[in-house]
Amino acid sequence: MTQPTVGPRPSVFKRIMPQLVILAVALALNVAVFPEFFHIDFRNGRLFGNLIDVLNRGAPVALLCIGMTLVIATKGIDLSVGAVMAIAGAVAAATVVDGHSWGTALLAALLAGGLCGLWNGFLVAVLRIQPIVATLVLMVAGRGIAQLVTEGKILTFDNAGLINLGAGTIAGVPTPILIWLALGALVTFGVRRTALGMLIEAIGINERSSRLAGINSRVLLVCVYLVSGLCAALAGVIVAADIKGADANNAGLWLELDAILAVVIGGNSLLGGRFSIVASLLGALIIQSINSVILLSGLPPEFNLVIKALLILGILVIQSPRIGNYIYMLRASGPQPQPDPLVRQRPEKEAAQ
Amino acid sequence: MIRSTHLPLLITLATFIVAYALCASAYPAMLSFRVVANLLTDNAFLGIAAVGMTFVILSGGIDLSIGSVIAFTGVFLAVILRDTSLHPLVAFALVLALTTGFGAAMGATIHYLEMPPFIVTLAGMFLARGAAYVLSTESVPITHEFYDMLQGLYWKIDGARFRLIGGLMVLTFLVGIITAHRTRFGQNVYALGGGEQAARLMGVPMASTTIGIYAVSGGLAGLSGIVFSLYTSAGYSLATVGVELDAIAAVVIGGTLLTGGYGFVAGTFFGILIMGLIQTYIVFDGTLSSWWTKIVIGGLLFAFILLQKGLTWAAEKRATRARQRTATGSAALS
Repeated sequence: MTQPTVGPRPSVFKRIMPQLVILAVALALNVAVFPEFFHIDFRNGRLFGNLIDVLNRGAPVALLCIGMTLVIATKGIDLSVGAVMAIAGAVAAATVVDGHSWGTALLAALLAGGLCGLWNGFLVAVLRIQPIVATLVLMVAGRGIAQLVTEGKILTFDNAGLINLGAGTIAGVPTPILIWLALGALVTFGVRRTALGMLIEAIGINERSSRLAGINSRVLLVCVYLVSGLCAALAGVIVAADIKGADANNAGLWLELDAILAVVIGGNSLLGGRFSIVASLLGALIIQSINSVILLSGLPPEFNLVIKALLILGILVIQSPRIGNYIYMLRASGPQPQPDPLVRQRPEKEAAQ
Repeated sequence: MIRSTHLPLLITLATFIVAYALCASAYPAMLSFRVVANLLTDNAFLGIAAVGMTFVILSGGIDLSIGSVIAFTGVFLAVILRDTSLHPLVAFALVLALTTGFGAAMGATIHYLEMPPFIVTLAGMFLARGAAYVLSTESVPITHEFYDMLQGLYWKIDGARFRLIGGLMVLTFLVGIITAHRTRFGQNVYALGGGEQAARLMGVPMASTTIGIYAVSGGLAGLSGIVFSLYTSAGYSLATVGVELDAIAAVVIGGTLLTGGYGFVAGTFFGILIMGLIQTYIVFDGTLSSWWTKIVIGGLLFAFILLQKGLTWAAEKRATRARQRTATGSAALS
């Protein structure tokens, strides 16, 4: 890629083009197996349709991948998000069961998620433990803590306000869709309209040099894990509200892997550096569309995992540095190097200078 | 003097002895052979898989696929024995070849495509679990006289039954210890974990070592799957979810450094026993709920990671001080 430039990015559209193409293919597959796919109804004051379903069911992974993108941009990884979801769901359920309002429950869940994020951030940034290991601790212990909160059962509740977060609608649109769209926009805006995004990228590219350049990488790292914890908490509340109960064992099970997959499909390197939250969100939608294809086509859901695995492998092979080098060499040693890209790039560079 | 490289192993050993003493003082019955025998039998499959994980972590990698591979092995064996008339031994050989090949393929992907082991084995985890689903989503019972014969094998002391699978685990650990410390492959694994570039410059065959490590891990996961199918007499595609995390936890509690290059296979054995002990204690207690297992293991994991961090930090500090001393010494000389 080109040098990170100050000012407006060259083209967001160009960056997310591959993801848009994959999403279009996935949606086309959906239409191929189910021609009515794009049909959207408005019944009982609520939008109905398969497309709405994709957006709605993709909400937990979309929320998780917002935080995960930032974490991965700092060259980290957060394996604990699934367990944090379980904890947050359990805390929210326990709060409303105790007779508090849904607002209190949401706050309590966010507080729990925030604490989990702070803990991860503390381990990574202050104790300097590598992120896979640091977040593994909470991944192992987290479900135990969640079960401690729910006392080992599936804690059910019937608080209308809380249920609304997962199963309700606002102006006909299911609430989860609005939540992830709003949070995605908020975080994207927060990191791209300020220098935060660039500072995060600097940590991911080379933490030592970023610190020498005067970036307070420690605080920033803690913040990044905090955001991931908060996103996971919100996802956990939505999942719990959707099933009107907190299931400490199964809530968010394996969703950390889906979230990482979404980030990878979004074209973000696991080695840190440049990131795009929009692309990750598209990645989450791609995963959900593929799930939808498998469901609609009547293929046994058993194939879901195999297809996902093959997909992840394919994308990884394309992304791998060795293949990248190979393609680069192939292009460089080609008989006729294309002059066009050079010509097109030069004015941009000059403009940047 | 105790060498600092042995310190984590000694701490693990001390933890085990203290934990056992505490358990025994609360419940004297825990000192019986029967408890020891059950400790070995119940943790046999986890122990075998953890040996493979130890090699992977010693080399600085990680293998997230083993839980799925164990489940796949179980389902594969159950389906083969149900649908064909193959002898279980042939099926064992078949499934071991399959899982070893699977591990080798992951190792090759990691080496030749230069991808992080974490993400490759994550894909492997999906793939193996998916393959198990495709074979059967229901639990398939295994009924074969050869299985009954194997399950009936035990060595009896004082009414305690040391079963075949427990012995198999101990044997795997012995072979693992010898391989790690007495063979060229073992030395290469340590070298790789100590630093990839240094290992390459030393002439360690990178490709064959990396592929070998993951093949060992895959093969041992297959063996662990066979043991698990002997233990449960069934194959179920949803079984052994999260075993990879238990195995990683056992390796870390056993004193192996997660950054690689440092640790002992024997430590993992005691890591497994400590985890088994926690479970046994909770069973003996009866009032504690099973989720305390997860929390205690998480806490232990954290304590050992902290310990590793402290040791590394102390070693670095010492190295810096030594360097400063030589620097001032040479400055004084000149």
